[in-house]
Amino acid sequence: MDIIHQKKIWFSISAAIILVGLVMALLTGVNAGIDFTGGTLMEFELHQSASTDEIRSITDAFDTSASINFIGSDQTTLQIRTIEDLDHSERMEVFRELETRYEITEDDFLRAEQFGPAIGREIRDRAFLSMLIAAVGMLIYITFRFEFSFGIAAIIALFHDILVVLAVYVIFRIPLNSPFVAAMLTVLGYSINDTIVVFDRIRENRKTMKKFDFEQLATNSINQTIKRSVYTSLTTLVMILALYIMGVPQIREFALPLIAGIVSGTYSSIFIASPVWVMIKERTKDRNKMFAKA
Amino acid sequence: MKAKGLIAFVIIVALAITGVLAAVNGLQIGGAEITPVRDSIKQGLDLKGGVFVVFEADTTATGQELDQLINQTIQVFRRRVDAMGLTEPTIVQEGDRRIRVELPGVEQVQDALDMIGKTAQLQFVTPDGEVVLTGSNVTDAAPTYVDREPNPVVRLELDSEGTRSFSDATGRYLGEPIYIILDDEVISAPIVQDQISLGTATISGNFSIEEASNLAALIRAGSLPVTLNEVQTSTITASLGVNALNRSIQAAKIGIALVFLFMLLIYRLPGLVANIALTIYVLLVLAIFISLNATLTLPGIAALILSIGMAVDANVIIFERLKEEMSNGKTVRAAVDSGFKRAFRTIMDANITTLIAGLVLYQFGTGPIRGFAVMLIIGLVVSLLTAVFITRVLLKLLISTNLFKNPRYFGV
Repeated sequence: MDIIHQKKIWFSISAAIILVGLVMALLTGVNAGIDFTGGTLMEFELHQSASTDEIRSITDAFDTSASINFIGSDQTTLQIRTIEDLDHSERMEVFRELETRYEITEDDFLRAEQFGPAIGREIRDRAFLSMLIAAVGMLIYITFRFEFSFGIAAIIALFHDILVVLAVYVIFRIPLNSPFVAAMLTVLGYSINDTIVVFDRIRENRKTMKKFDFEQLATNSINQTIKRSVYTSLTTLVMILALYIMGVPQIREFALPLIAGIVSGTYSSIFIASPVWVMIKERTKDRNKMFAKA
Repeated sequence: MKAKGLIAFVIIVALAITGVLAAVNGLQIGGAEITPVRDSIKQGLDLKGGVFVVFEADTTATGQELDQLINQTIQVFRRRVDAMGLTEPTIVQEGDRRIRVELPGVEQVQDALDMIGKTAQLQFVTPDGEVVLTGSNVTDAAPTYVDREPNPVVRLELDSEGTRSFSDATGRYLGEPIYIILDDEVISAPIVQDQISLGTATISGNFSIEEASNLAALIRAGSLPVTLNEVQTSTITASLGVNALNRSIQAAKIGIALVFLFMLLIYRLPGLVANIALTIYVLLVLAIFISLNATLTLPGIAALILSIGMAVDANVIIFERLKEEMSNGKTVRAAVDSGFKRAFRTIMDANITTLIAGLVLYQFGTGPIRGFAVMLIIGLVVSLLTAVFITRVLLKLLISTNLFKNPRYFGV
């Protein structure tokens, strides 16, 4: 398969996904998690179904924009998310109201998460800083072990993966939160891992395939490693899919971006990183020729 | 050589199986005992249930003054938490004015949060608004029963200053109420019948025995020296956590089984070897994780499962190389040697770049995310050992038996 030659197709596919994400983000906004914005999340097992309006009559006293959902297999677990951060006594007021109406006990107050707005800002800033540091660290390592052109191509592929996963988040309206950052960093690691395997082959083939141009070199290297790329993504995907299907909501939140990231990471290592590397090499080669003429 | 190789191989496999059994069920050899992984691994709040809360001191104090306030607060917290009889609480200062409290395994999470967060300022106030006693005058507090009172009461022992002041007040306000106020809330207002100069006082209310002992514990621990705001909380009931753990273990089992099957189908003999190495890998990662006394969290489990996928990756790289070398006409033995050699560099580079992400996560992440990073880092390092060296040793042992010369065994 001549992957490099059809690079326009691959670039277009990625651009389309990212564009849809961008348009959706502009239209509907991003669903930021409470650990980034500050706020409260509470879950109660009601053992019965209830109407959103009934619940809203309780929560309106605390936050009129609270989001109310029913989750769990029977849809009897009430999940309340507020932008206001409610402290323990306020949360207990909500609980007391529910206690009298639905006869639940304290054991049914399954979980509560609360973040003050200042903490949210700190967590968010740290998250972005850590992604930046990780990317720079990888760029330095790859430049050191390979050469700068590989480093740049790998980082572009990484950037692609971040945008694609972000687009998935926006399109499916999954909250951006701390697990998102951890998942994102893993995706970075995984994606670069995949890319390195292809680049490593290019580096090796350069010694033995001197008569080939960059495009053929990259194409051959991809064809030699594609089976491995697909196999490893498959084994990792099997593990994560099992987690996603079997897991509880908190772990699903984590597994979904990993799934998107692994697919995107494999895709980008084959269809983005190597074509970009060829483009960089050909451009610098032309420039060198021009220097030679002058 | 033939038989030796086979015997060594069988011994390694037997050890791996024993390891798995020990990890799942525990093991007892003579006096030594290995507890099952599930009991010996330290579980995080999200698996065990419990309370995590970060308080911020609401004060204008700075420098040494602030430090002192924070230290006093931590002391009070510690006494309160000890009164709850919890096993492994964490109470630490975070930054300048924050205190992080973690109470894993606590059963009544909301009550526990109630207990820690209360300012617990106790005051005895006369009808004229004069404060005659505060919590600092109390030397001891205990729940007890008294005559003519169906509900339990809290009995206070007073220090000398408190005894004098209380005796004086009860003398002056005979027949009038004395208000007992806890955190701006009147909890009882007994009418003074006699002057009390024995150095004791009781607080009655409609307490259950549990409420009375909680109140006594709060008074004993003292009041908080500063107002605290909750800036971050997480409470989770134990049942929710246990469910999360069970479901994750189930997911891991299914995932591992599918990966084993995949490796066997695609790579045959090396696939079998990889599966043995993978088993050893999981055992080693868990053993190191336990010996570091690291805390297993939900994201940590995700990292373990992810790292299994990545450990397989190293084997896939090696085996694909192996197949390539064999298709190029090399003998099994020569192909194994050059395959491993060439694949090792790829695996190193790939793992180190992922390691960079793991280290950054560890440095910048908090709580559960840190658990994820620790597992990822251990996983990456161990996978180099098992996927490269153990697979290689096992494969060479098998090849030395000369039983597997046909490339078919290698999926070629």
